[in-house]
Amino acid sequence: MNNRIETRLAELKAQNRKALVTYITAGCGGYEQTEDAVLAMDKAGADIIEIGVPFSDPVAEGPIIQEASLKALERNTTLAGTFEMVKRIRKSTDMPLLLMLYVNTVFRYGTEKFFSQCKESGIDGVIIPDLPYEEYDEIKEDADKNGIISISLVTPVSFGRIEKIAASARGFLYCVSSTGVTGVREHLDTDFTSFFENVNKYSKIPNILGFGISTPEQVRDLKQYADGVITGSAVVRLIDENNRAESTKKISEFTASLRDALDN
Amino acid sequence: MSQEKGRFGKFGGQYVPETVMHAVEELDKAYNKYINDPEFINELRTLYRDYASRPSMLYYADKMTKDLGGPKIYFKREDLNHTGSHKINNVLGQLLLAKKMGKKRVIAETGAGQHGVATATVAALMGLECQVYMGREDTERQSLNVYRMQLLGASVTPVDSGTKTLKDAINEAMRDWAANSENTFYCIGSVMGPYPYPEMVRNFQKIISEEARAQILEKEGRLPDAVVACVGGGSNAMGMFYNFIPDKEVRLIGAEAAGKGVDTALHAATMTKGSVGIFHGMKSLFLQNEEGQIDPVYSISAGLDYPGVGPEHANLFETGRAEYVDITDEEAVCAFEYLSKTEGIIPAIESSHAVAAAIKEAKKMTKDQIMIVCLSGRGDKDVYSIAKYRGVNIDEQ
Repeated sequence: MNNRIETRLAELKAQNRKALVTYITAGCGGYEQTEDAVLAMDKAGADIIEIGVPFSDPVAEGPIIQEASLKALERNTTLAGTFEMVKRIRKSTDMPLLLMLYVNTVFRYGTEKFFSQCKESGIDGVIIPDLPYEEYDEIKEDADKNGIISISLVTPVSFGRIEKIAASARGFLYCVSSTGVTGVREHLDTDFTSFFENVNKYSKIPNILGFGISTPEQVRDLKQYADGVITGSAVVRLIDENNRAESTKKISEFTASLRDALDN
Repeated sequence: MSQEKGRFGKFGGQYVPETVMHAVEELDKAYNKYINDPEFINELRTLYRDYASRPSMLYYADKMTKDLGGPKIYFKREDLNHTGSHKINNVLGQLLLAKKMGKKRVIAETGAGQHGVATATVAALMGLECQVYMGREDTERQSLNVYRMQLLGASVTPVDSGTKTLKDAINEAMRDWAANSENTFYCIGSVMGPYPYPEMVRNFQKIISEEARAQILEKEGRLPDAVVACVGGGSNAMGMFYNFIPDKEVRLIGAEAAGKGVDTALHAATMTKGSVGIFHGMKSLFLQNEEGQIDPVYSISAGLDYPGVGPEHANLFETGRAEYVDITDEEAVCAFEYLSKTEGIIPAIESSHAVAAAIKEAKKMTKDQIMIVCLSGRGDKDVYSIAKYRGVNIDEQ
């Protein structure tokens, strides 16, 4: 069976379209609100969705996702609960789904059990920001055995590391737009021409740009460089824990606005 | 010890985001280039001697020895170093390396403020811009050290995320590093973080046991039966243990913070209550729940208030080479008062945990035995909070 991420990206390539990847923190506002948001983003034109599993100390995240993680933890969001939620989502959609989580969450759950649960619940890939290339062996065997793709990241300060990272990357290469943490940024100072020159030299899979992307205008400016964009904090800040319907509507509209910016 | 690069048994590694991996690689290269470079070592030794006033004295505590009626007790006086703790040993090493690497800016996390003060001090000496992250709660219980760092030209950022203590200060420093790694050197204060930090910090702290071992051989003509040090992240303990590790007859005893007791929720006893996890760049022991969420921890001592421990300690614990004991707030405060009255030395509340462990162990030992206790820091910074703990109001008018 082909992995849904690879299948979707191949379809997009054939259609000469760019990928829209969106992120949401599981359990912020409750599991039901997350389910609504995921399905709404699917309908509004997201190609791949990352579901963030909340962690007490998310060192790669900026303030918006940090706060969402804490709120989700206050509601007792767990990995097991997230898998149950994914199973419910899977009944309504066949879109590619990723879990974004910290390595300790995987390690404590048990790497083998974690990846077999991913497969069972319908997860296609994982993004583990604190598991760099050097420590990939921690999960490789169990991920491969279950057909789960682990997404690799490269940054503007990866320099000579890009070659070896790209050589083993699968699915898509997560190109970090700027140094630092996730979050909404007004300006990105990165020299994208030289960054992507370096990335394109080695990468044989779609290169998707993330971190700091929050508006259709940014998407229009940046889409020339990459095969798609990732947006996270800009979605998460639309979550209103007290108004599920309104929250879902805003997330849907926002997703559609980025879809439009990518396509037109 | 470490069969694989960056590993101590199964512990250690480099579990950090890609945004800092280039900086970690660059540090690894520089560290391995300079750590055995005679010129670098000479420069560092000169700074140790002329700036930090090393070697620190090995002091025989005659009154305490007689009072307890057990082994001869010696104190390794790291509290007499410039800036008042062992932290200066590591900071001099790291910032000398930062200079060699051409970095202009240095960041650090601090709990009690001792590492922050040491970093601010050496940054002033070496002309580096310095930014210190400190949990909001710690800035309040250690306000004197905050002002001290500012006086030294550093800027101190109170951290309001998470539990507002040491672990959150580390999170924030890592985020800063991820954003600014090209010009910024992250000076980690303990034997923790991704490789090469645990090994590098230990190598900058091992001077403690190198001196202590030679000093005790000179004074007593033999090795001690036990050495004792407090353990938060574990840097003074690694420094105190390291050169004694091959001496199998020397017991290595680490004192952890048991706060209000290890059977309460309020402690920081990682060895006793922790489990294997991956956090802050390393595989080690952590206080965490079933889901792998890091537990909030507690100790009267801001310097021991950390939910993990350095990977080399985790390995010493697992292999049984070192023993770790739990010391409560009350035991540490009693030891703080005891040493002040008995020897005229006011120890840091962190070091008071080692003193308390020494008092307990001494009762099980005999007069012909010898024990060395690492007095990692001085207690001036703690006077206010100890008074508060005892219900004494010393606020100025």
